[in-house]
Amino acid sequence: MNLNPRRSIVAIFAIAVSLSGLTTLAAAQEADAPPLQSWSFAGPFGIYDQAQLQRGFKIYREVCSSCHSLKLIAFRNLADPGGPGFTEAQATAVAASFQVTDGPNDQGEMFQRPGKLSDYFPPPFANDQAARAALGGALPPDMSVLAKARSYERGFPWFILDAFWQYQADGPDYIHAILNGYEDAPAGFTVPPGGNYNKYFPGNSIGMPKPLSDGQVEYTDGTPQTVDQYGRDVAAFLMWAAEPTLDARKRLGFQVMVFLIVFAGLLYFTKKRVWYAVHHDPDLLKPRPPTEYQP
Amino acid sequence: MSGHATFQPQSPIVKWLERRLPIVSLVYSSFIAYPTPRNLNYWWTFGGILTFMLGVQMITGIVLAMHYTPHVDYAFNSVETIMRDVNYGWLLRYLHANGASFFFVAVYCHIARGMYYGSYKEPREVLWILGVILFLLMVATGFMGYVLPWGQMSFWAATVITNLFSAIPGVGGDVVTWLWGGFAVGNPTLNRFYSLHYLLPFVIAGVVVLHIWALHMVGQNNPTGVEPKTDKDTVAFTPYATVKDGFFICVFCIFYAWFVFYIPNYLGHSDNYIMANPGQTPTHIVPEWYYLPFYAILRAIPNKLLGVTALAGAIIVLAFLPWLDTSRVRSANYRPLYRQFLLIFFAAVIGLGYLGSQEPTGGYVVAARILTLYYFGFFFVILPLLGLFEKTKPLPNSISESVLRHGVPIGASAPPPSAAHG
Repeated sequence: MNLNPRRSIVAIFAIAVSLSGLTTLAAAQEADAPPLQSWSFAGPFGIYDQAQLQRGFKIYREVCSSCHSLKLIAFRNLADPGGPGFTEAQATAVAASFQVTDGPNDQGEMFQRPGKLSDYFPPPFANDQAARAALGGALPPDMSVLAKARSYERGFPWFILDAFWQYQADGPDYIHAILNGYEDAPAGFTVPPGGNYNKYFPGNSIGMPKPLSDGQVEYTDGTPQTVDQYGRDVAAFLMWAAEPTLDARKRLGFQVMVFLIVFAGLLYFTKKRVWYAVHHDPDLLKPRPPTEYQP
Repeated sequence: MSGHATFQPQSPIVKWLERRLPIVSLVYSSFIAYPTPRNLNYWWTFGGILTFMLGVQMITGIVLAMHYTPHVDYAFNSVETIMRDVNYGWLLRYLHANGASFFFVAVYCHIARGMYYGSYKEPREVLWILGVILFLLMVATGFMGYVLPWGQMSFWAATVITNLFSAIPGVGGDVVTWLWGGFAVGNPTLNRFYSLHYLLPFVIAGVVVLHIWALHMVGQNNPTGVEPKTDKDTVAFTPYATVKDGFFICVFCIFYAWFVFYIPNYLGHSDNYIMANPGQTPTHIVPEWYYLPFYAILRAIPNKLLGVTALAGAIIVLAFLPWLDTSRVRSANYRPLYRQFLLIFFAAVIGLGYLGSQEPTGGYVVAARILTLYYFGFFFVILPLLGLFEKTKPLPNSISESVLRHGVPIGASAPPPSAAHG
């Protein structure tokens, strides 16, 4: 048997095709894939939309925060560059509207006081057990890094192509989809007690009841007050909460890329010049000390 | 080729130092005058890339260690603090996390090049075995580093991998308890992994010195697999190899930067942004991508002890490659059959990697078993037999003969030397 290059390429291709066939079979039983949204922070030059982050923060504050904590975010972060763009005065006002536990004081007591810029968002429940007790056993996850902690199966060949078109919005797409995935369970599907049917949630039964409905949160900038828009705005806000340095990263990334590409180009032509003598005119090679070679 | 260039210092200061510590002549003979085959292609730049990546990982890692807290209650949040509050902490962490991936990209290219061109063959066996040891050290270091952020995948990967040692007959259970420093993966486990994750890179650096020492004893292999015989076959390391390595390190950095700045979480698993929870097993535990082929081999075998043996054997077998391959011809360019089987082997490893990322059910297990069989069959059946039966292509008499025609570089327009010099 004499294998030739063409046959081995055919063999590799056959392995790839059979593997991709297996994927399609397995993917059939998963929850629906979230529809892709258009995000301002996608792509090499994408940055956060300040107005969208502010709307998303409004939704978090008025709706999500009654159950979900945001423990890693401080009030000062609301005024950070690359974030929702609140002024320091606005962020201070937001902080002051929250009651924060401090202490112990000189009497050894814990006490409540209005929040300061340096405080972190206080959690809605004292601990996980208190949350479970209040919510019928379900524990709402902390939202600080939620947008990076959620994803969905992309499948072949998308998971490869994603590296080229820089798809990193799987988390926000998933969150938006969950918020829009509530519908009546199809015939034959029994929702377990305490569950709610959601077509994008793995297993299709989610503990959280439908949190948002049209018109629930008031927007003052004329943006449509729909669940679709709410979902996008709060998902963008959560992406910022999970990845607050995205703007700085993309900006520095562009500078690094320009530098590396120019530098690589210069090195390439230097290399060509240096190797010219080796390839084209051995007589031009610099003399070097004698070398002994092993027989 | 083991070329030794003589170094004659001119400066009186260097002369003074040379008689006491000949470090200048060492650097001169190792990195300047060192003769390197003139026909090396870009696959030979991965050694330089690996050295560069080791440096990147050590520098970013040392700074990250200044801000990281190795404690089960604080580790996850200390990583988030690095991301949010440390100046350029996000850059350090993304460079380090993606750096591990690109370290493995480079080492797999380096190993593949060694296999394709037969760089493990006599007299380079020790050089090759040192390389296998380096790869093992990298695997251990990478695994322990992945545990440090103490996310769900960190914790459960640590649980799954340490539990593999329970397959050792008789003492397995005790070994696992000893590794954990307790009766489950916990704070003592995190602490020792942190300690070792900091230590092992320095061990790697030490073995790299031995690897380069061995390389300089036997000289570099080259695409023809024919040893250099005269100065016509080689060029000096500096500037020729230096500028070529430098250029390709820069190209490699473009790919690296693409991931760091644009898709920093592409190679990670989203579950690792959930803090470790010993009470909740993730639906699907997967290791980092660079271990997936070995993970697929482990899961392809239904018996735990045999599976673990195969997992370890899949790496250890590389150390015996110089003796399993019976052919005297080094380069796959002159071994048509070996070349085909080797390319299929590379495809099988990539296929195993894909299968390692999927649920081990039905057709996947069957596919993983077939590819595992090929993996080991390649080493234990194909390689030993191929050397005996394969009809190889004629080798060039020398490197220069393979690139020069009548003393003139192929493709050059200059007239033959006889005409030029009359």
